[in-house]
Formats: sequence, structure tokens, C-alpha cells
Amino acid sequence: MKHLGRSRFYGTLLGLAAALVGVAILSLALGPTLLSPLQVAGALFDPEAFGPTADIVRRIRLPRIALAGLVGACLSTSGVIFQALLRNPLADPFILGVSGGAALGGILVLSLGASLGLGYGSVPIAAFVGCLITTFLLYVIAGRSQRVSATGLLLTGVVFNSFASAAIVFMASLAGMLESGRIFVWLIGNLSSARIDLWPWLMTFLVLGLGCAMPLARGLNALALGEETAEQLGIATERARRVLVLATSLMVGAAVSVAGLVGFVGLIIPHLLRLVLGPDHRLLLPAAALGGAAFLILCDTIARTLLGGRELPVGAVTSLLGGPLFLYLLRSDRGRTLGSAAPSEVQGR
Amino acid sequence: MTAKPLLAFEDVALNLGGQEVLRGVSLVVRPGEVLGLLGRNGAGKTSLIRMATRQWTPSRGSVRLDGRPIDSVSRRELARSLATVPQDVHVPFPFRAGEVVLMGRIPHQRSLGFETAEDLEIARAAMAEVGVLSLADRPIDELSGGERQLVLFARALAQRPACLLLDEPTAFLDLRHRMDVLEVVRRFAANGGAAIVVSHDFSLAARVCDRIAVLAGGRVVADGLPREVLSREGVAAGFGVDVHILEAPDGSPVVVPRFRA
Repeated sequence: MKHLGRSRFYGTLLGLAAALVGVAILSLALGPTLLSPLQVAGALFDPEAFGPTADIVRRIRLPRIALAGLVGACLSTSGVIFQALLRNPLADPFILGVSGGAALGGILVLSLGASLGLGYGSVPIAAFVGCLITTFLLYVIAGRSQRVSATGLLLTGVVFNSFASAAIVFMASLAGMLESGRIFVWLIGNLSSARIDLWPWLMTFLVLGLGCAMPLARGLNALALGEETAEQLGIATERARRVLVLATSLMVGAAVSVAGLVGFVGLIIPHLLRLVLGPDHRLLLPAAALGGAAFLILCDTIARTLLGGRELPVGAVTSLLGGPLFLYLLRSDRGRTLGSAAPSEVQGR
Repeated sequence: MTAKPLLAFEDVALNLGGQEVLRGVSLVVRPGEVLGLLGRNGAGKTSLIRMATRQWTPSRGSVRLDGRPIDSVSRRELARSLATVPQDVHVPFPFRAGEVVLMGRIPHQRSLGFETAEDLEIARAAMAEVGVLSLADRPIDELSGGERQLVLFARALAQRPACLLLDEPTAFLDLRHRMDVLEVVRRFAANGGAAIVVSHDFSLAARVCDRIAVLAGGRVVADGLPREVLSREGVAAGFGVDVHILEAPDGSPVVVPRFRA
């Protein structure tokens, strides 16, 4: 009987961590100035190295890679949690409009904050609050998880997203941000103008989020059998839900306040990992963090190298990859998840 | 039959949305006993089970587990004492059948722990008992409704509960699997376990249950041996249906409905 043993758990995570390091080294080497792995290693590990190469690696590429990795990890982990809580493999912070809510919160502070005496530091908090409000609305409108149809959930997300985008454009035009092009950061997700010094914050939120989620991983497994069965297995589902909504809001809020609306990371990575590793959340949660980090570093590397001197927004790369995959999932799941509401557990009384 | 009740409902009432679903139900199930719960749709059978698992709180009366009020039992302890088998469940992720059965060990494990050799052994034994060990490595979403039901049943056994609460456990099963499940329930009781079986199948209930209780109008209208409860008058009172009562070779009643015309 196959099950999650210690060796598979640690072996898989070690393998993913190695892949993450490999991607990071590749990304450190690539850019307008092409570096060899030896040059990268020298710049990283030789304390006496200085000059342009060391500056490129240490001051420009490494912080950006750290940011990309952390944003990817936050989004991907949140995707896994959303999917488990809503019992739907198509749930993702971007698709559900939760990222949109976070971006709206951020832009509100950016455009109105100065007149209210709020500085840039309050953007992550506003994004977190936007996230919480959107998640709360999602539950109120789409109903409690048990009887939500996938269609209802996705439609709610579509509406949230259009509303958030429209409101973001509106706020941005009020604040005169449309002309500057800065608005694109928020609408499509971009790391080129991200504030590099924010990475310790992101790290804190990721550790907090994972720290909340990991002890509940088996509860998330049980939740796949329905809320009633999970409770009957001794899981305090309501409390778990509150903790996890808070944890995802922290992670998504932090990621969005740094990188804007980077789409589909929370869908692609959990899906691929579930295909390879199975759905056990004890492994899936940390694996999604590592996988999401590697994926977004890769996407960001493509974004900053593909067009030579000019940079693509990283959100464009993830959406170009994620959109088709989402459609594929939608199609392959038809009849199982989408055709009708999931049959509710026990209808009698 | 004089053993101390394992699970006791004492004069419980339940209000749902302003409607009184149960109005003073008293029932007990003892170790080694299978209690059948019959009643029309909406009679309150599932409600009774949900009160035992603390999903719903009675508006009056109390539910006791081993003599203790059920509110004073911790959630994990309750999960180690009672196991339910839900009606057909949609599992959104491709867990393997064996992984689902291992989830039955959650109340016995520490929060992050891996399954122990003992957990694996218990899960394997539960699957073998129900006859689904060969499905252990198949994704649960690829199984038929009946196979899935059996896996969920094995999951409940892996919990090693003192009492099984089965809500129409055979609803999606063919006759062979139905008999398999009911034989497992009988063996469970023979080893000292208690079980409550909600069913719409009178004849099967009569064969597997030591006692049958009929719920109607929010009360227990009959509670006794199958052959006492499943009389022509009893079924007419509880279900409003005219029936023939035949007798199986082992003496258990067989209920055959008559058409009105």
C-alpha cells in the first residue's frame, strides 16, 4: 500500500530544493551580461570579489531572484490551501479574484495614501486587508464550501477580477498613474520595479503562512472527504478554515504588494505537483513552496531576457503559460467537477 | 443485553430552522448490539446520527457516550469512539484508496506524524475485511460508486471505533457487496462493537439488526426485536404502507409491499 513515508517526504523536498538552487544559478548567469557558472560562484562565495560582475550578481540579480522565488512560493502555497479549503482543484488566488482584491487594497493606499498620511509601508497591510475582504466576500457570495459549485466559484472570481481591475484603473487615473505606466505593475504583475528591500517581509509571511498550514495538512487531506467527515475525524474545521484564510491572506497580500497581479502560479504548480507527487497535503504544501519559487524565478528570467534589453512583465509570462493550462483543466474536468455542483455529502435528516 | 449503554439518546429534541425535527427521542445501543434505525425520509434518522457526532446540538435532552455527556468528550476522543460512513462523497483530489483508509488513523496520530507500521497494518486489515485491499493503490475518483462506498467503510473501520454509525451504508451497493458490508457489521458487533444502521431496506435490516427502532413524527414509535417491530400494523403506522410479512427460513421477517389498488 503506497503511503507517505519519511524517506519519500524528505527525498522529494531535497530534490525540489536542488532544482530550485539549479534554477537560481541559471538565472544568476543569464541576463544582458552573460556570466559563466564559475563567475557566478566566484561572485557569490568569494568575499573578496568586487567589480561589475560581483555587483551584477549580488546587488542586481540575487535580490530579484529572492523576490521572485518568495512571491512564487507564497502564491503557489496559497493555491494549494485555497484548493483544499474550497475542495476544488481550479481554485487559485488569481482566478478567484483574491489577488485582485489585494491589488485594489494596495492601489487605494498608493493613490490616496499620501493625502491620508499613509506611507509606502502600509501598502502590504492594505493588500492583506483587501485579500481578507475578498476572501470573506467569496465565502458569503459563493456559499460555504460544501455546496459551492465550481461554476459558481469561478463566475464569482471573474466578477471580482473585472471589478478589481476597473477599480484599479479608476483609482490609478485619479492619482495620475495611468500616464506613467506604473499601473501595469499592478494590473499584470511585474518584478522589474519591485522594491528589493521587501524580501525579508515576504520571507516572514511565507514562514508564517507555512507554519500555520503545515500542522493542518492532514486536516486538509481529511477535508477532501467532506467537511462532515473531517470533523468526524477530529478536525476542528471551522477553526482550521479561519487560520488558513488568515495565512493565505498574509501570503497573497505580501506577494501582490511586491509584484502585483502575477496570475496562475497558484494553479499551475499545485496541479503539476499533484500529478507527480499525489495529493497528500503534508508533502504538497512544502513542495508547492519550493516548486512555486523555482517556477517564478524561471518565468522572471524569461521575462527579463527574452526580448534582449526590454523587459516583459513576469505576469505576462505566467499568464501565457497558465491560461492554456487552465482551459485544459477546465475541459478535462468537465463532468467531474464542473458539470454540476459536487454532490453534497448527506442530504437526509 | 444488560450491558451498560455505549451510546444513549435521552429524551433529545432538535429544532432545525424553526421546525421541530425530533421531539423527545430516547434510544440506546449497547456493546455487541446492532440497532436498525428505520423511518420515512425526513423522519430525523440522519439528525440523530449528527447529534451523536456533535454536528448538531439537541435543543433538549442529552446524548451520552459511555455514560458521559457528549459535550464533555474531546473532539479527538469522540473520533476514536465513533466512526461514520457518509453517503456518497465526491473526493476532489486523486487520493489513492489506501490513503483514504489511512485517514481513519488521524484521530490516533500526532498532528504532523507519518503513519506508523501499526497504522498501516490496521488500514490493511480494514481493507481486507471489507474486501477492497486490491484497490489500495487505485485513485479513489476512478472507483465505482460502490467501490468508493466500501473504501469509506474500510476507512471507518480503520478508526477502530467502539461504535459505528452507518447512514444507509448499502445504498450504492449491489447485493454481493451489500451482504459483505452487513457481514462485517455483524462481525464488528460479535467482537463487542456497537452499531447503528440507518436503512430503507426492511428485510436486510431485519436480518442484520438485533433491534429495530422506527422514527415517525419526530418520535420513536416502535423499538424492539425485528419480528416485533416489522409487523403489518407496525409498518402501516410508521410508513403508511400496506405490506405482506413473510418469513425467511431463519425466521427473520421479509417485508413485501402491496399496491394500493
